[in-house]
Amino acid sequence: MRTLTFACLTLTALAVTLCGRPARAAGTLTVVAASSLTEGLQDMKPVFEKAHPGVELRLSFASSSQCRMQIEQGAPADVFLSADTENMDPLVKAKLVDKPVIFAHNTLIIIVPKDNPAGIKSPGDLTKPGVKLITCAPKVPIGNYTRQVIDKMDASGEFGPDFKERVLANIVSEEPNVKGIVGKVTLGEADAAFCYVSDVTPPVKARVQTIEIPEKMNAIADYPMAVISATADRELAQAFIEFVLSREGQRILKNRGFIPARPEKPSRTPTMRPKAK
Amino acid sequence: MRRSAFALLLLLSLPALALITLPLVGLCSCMRIGSLGACVCCREASSALTLSLITSGIAAAVITLIGTPFAYWLAYCDFRGKKVVETLVDLPIVLPPAVAGVALLFTLGARGLLGQYLAVAHIRLPFTTAAVVLAQMFVAGPFYFRQARIGFQGVPQPLLLASRTLGASAFRAFRQVILPLASPALIAGLIMAWARAVGEFGATLVFAGSLQGVTRTMPLAIYNSMDADPTHATAVVLSVALVTICFLVIIITRAVLTRAAGLQETSRA
Repeated sequence: MRTLTFACLTLTALAVTLCGRPARAAGTLTVVAASSLTEGLQDMKPVFEKAHPGVELRLSFASSSQCRMQIEQGAPADVFLSADTENMDPLVKAKLVDKPVIFAHNTLIIIVPKDNPAGIKSPGDLTKPGVKLITCAPKVPIGNYTRQVIDKMDASGEFGPDFKERVLANIVSEEPNVKGIVGKVTLGEADAAFCYVSDVTPPVKARVQTIEIPEKMNAIADYPMAVISATADRELAQAFIEFVLSREGQRILKNRGFIPARPEKPSRTPTMRPKAK
Repeated sequence: MRRSAFALLLLLSLPALALITLPLVGLCSCMRIGSLGACVCCREASSALTLSLITSGIAAAVITLIGTPFAYWLAYCDFRGKKVVETLVDLPIVLPPAVAGVALLFTLGARGLLGQYLAVAHIRLPFTTAAVVLAQMFVAGPFYFRQARIGFQGVPQPLLLASRTLGASAFRAFRQVILPLASPALIAGLIMAWARAVGEFGATLVFAGSLQGVTRTMPLAIYNSMDADPTHATAVVLSVALVTICFLVIIITRAVLTRAAGLQETSRA
């Protein structure tokens, strides 16, 4: 009987402890971000934590569409960094996030495995029958941008008739996110894929060849970020937003291949002017 | 059992009961009957359903074909390394499906152990429907192998010996004695393997990829539609379909096995 009472009391205590507390400990900032921001945010983490002692930055990466779904379902997070505005707008409309701000841009590039089994030398080669092209579903930003680029290439007429149809017919899989795409190309499973310029990190570069997309046909990805309305620490979340937009934050993103939203202003330190004669 | 003891046990069992029933209740409560009809016919759901049924059907058929002699061998033969083989048979059951997918990729992928030779013959498996079938066979096969072996082992030896002394050839003994007596277990194993094949997700996603009509089976379609479809209609409809299938599987398997147990009793009498 005594053991039973003890067991019941322990269980009750445990239940209360687990259910009552919110998921976040004080001094934690949970950031939900698009997969393409993996390296950039990981670089930012030690810098931000050093500037805010006692704060732990928790990073969670998934495709922007999955992030949006998580936030809609009430996942406990403080800031959302998306790879496109299409996944941020529904959250703004539903008042689940505060006003977003664009913090970076990105462009696309074509990657093929290092040994280039399908012999892709230019975007036009993507129409060759049997080429295994992988992308993401249209709701995932990279999937959306890829289809935009394909549309632009088709409209230009430079790559032959029926470019769009033939390329879309070569899609063999829709991976969950852009890192999945890069993974399959580096493994040599896919023959070609569109990914972000920022995804061609040094380890990836060693395993792929890249094919540039003509500037006028490329898509410019706009990356918005916003504080999630249900955040437990609005001040800290705002501090993170400011950090990403700061010189340091923008420099880190530029290092990783992103186009900063706030271009670096030329230094304002006074220069020695020759004395007027 | 005393009423108070029963009540106490019931109280302590509530968390476990809640764990197994609440998610199902939640799923069914999200379903709107109106959208159900619309969605079953919609392209994503019907294509996923058809693909799942076809691939799992082929996988189950091949598993039966290759699994029956294998199970028979394990049931009736003793050999060095049998324990190793038995462990290998059990492995895919406990292996995380994603690991299974990675293993298949590194074996049969473009640069895989065998895949590189297949590639020379212009056979590239990833991203094909065949890859879906292979992934399903790998994870679901052991369910049949194990159950079939138990079925074969359960055939009473006296009956088998009697048939041989009466002049039946080994093949006739198999066909007319072993098979009928083991068939309930074989059927139960087949149903479980088929259900596992239908529910296969991780290995399929990693090895075969996800494309509507080619590799996007029901579980993959559910995963895809969770963030693609704001109403989640496809996800809910397919989930309910899968839950229904699983329920039927359990009911049928239990009925078959109970009948088998009954038959065994009468055959011993």
